[in-house]
Amino acid sequence: MKKSKIILFILAFIIWIFLNWKPDWQHLLVGFFIAVFVSYITGDLFIYRAYILKNPLRYWYFAFYYIPIFLWECVKANFDVAYRVIHPALPINPGIVKVKTSLKTDTGLTFLANSITLMPGTLVVDVNREEGVLYVHWIDVKSKDVEAATKIIVERFEKILKKIFE
Amino acid sequence: MNDLIGFILISIGLVFDLLGCVGLVRLPDAYNRLQAATKCVTMGTCSILFGTLLVIGFTAAGMKVILCMIFLILTSPVASHAIARGSHKSGVKLWEGSVCDAYAEDNK
Repeated sequence: MKKSKIILFILAFIIWIFLNWKPDWQHLLVGFFIAVFVSYITGDLFIYRAYILKNPLRYWYFAFYYIPIFLWECVKANFDVAYRVIHPALPINPGIVKVKTSLKTDTGLTFLANSITLMPGTLVVDVNREEGVLYVHWIDVKSKDVEAATKIIVERFEKILKKIFE
Repeated sequence: MNDLIGFILISIGLVFDLLGCVGLVRLPDAYNRLQAATKCVTMGTCSILFGTLLVIGFTAAGMKVILCMIFLILTSPVASHAIARGSHKSGVKLWEGSVCDAYAEDNK
C-alpha cells in the first residue's frame, strides 16, 4: 500500500508541474504539499499490484506494441465513421453482440473496453467480470456468434494487453 | 514548418469534428450516435490539440494541451460507455433495423 502512495505522489507532482509550467521553487513547494496531501488521502485506492510496474518489458510492450496499434485503429475508426456518415444510403447494420474475454484485472479490462470503444465500429455497453463477458454495440454486425465475434473484435488487443497488465 | 503542419492538423481535426456532428444528426438511434460522437470527437479534438501544440510549442499552454490530450483519450470512451449502459438500463430501444440484442436477452 505504501508503494501505491508513492506512485500516486509522483504522478500528482508531475501533473502539477505540467499545470504550472514553467516551474519555479514557489510552485514546486506548494505542489509538493498538495501532492503529499492527495496521495495521503487517496493513495490506497490507486494501484493494487505495484509489483507489475517493475518489469521493463511491460513498458516496452505498452510503448511499441499497444500505442501504435491503438493510434492506427483510431484513425481507421474515424475514416470508417466518416464513410458511413457521408454515404447517402447510410450503410449500417447495428446490433449488440456478446464477446468473451480472458482478462481478469481491473486495469486490463478498462484498457480493453476503452480500446474497443475507439476501434472501428464498436462500442462497449457493459462488462460482466464474473463471467468474463463484454456486451459490444457493433455498427456493422458481421457475426452473431460469440466465438466469431470474439475473434474479430477482442483478440488483437487482448493478446497485447495480457502481456502488459496480467 | 511546424506552423504549417500544425495548421494542417487543426484543419483535419475540424473536418472530423464536423463529420461527427453530421453523424449525430443522421444516424438513427442513441447507440449509433454515440459511436459517431465518441470516435470522431476524440480523434478530431486530439488532432486540433496536437496541431495547437505544434503551433505554440512547449509553452505554459502547450504543456496543458498535452495533459488535455491524455485525459481526453482516457475519459471520452468511459463517458460513452456510461451513457450507453445507462440508456440501455432505462429502456431506450435500439433502432428497428438492428440485427440482435444480446444484452437484453441476457438481462431478462
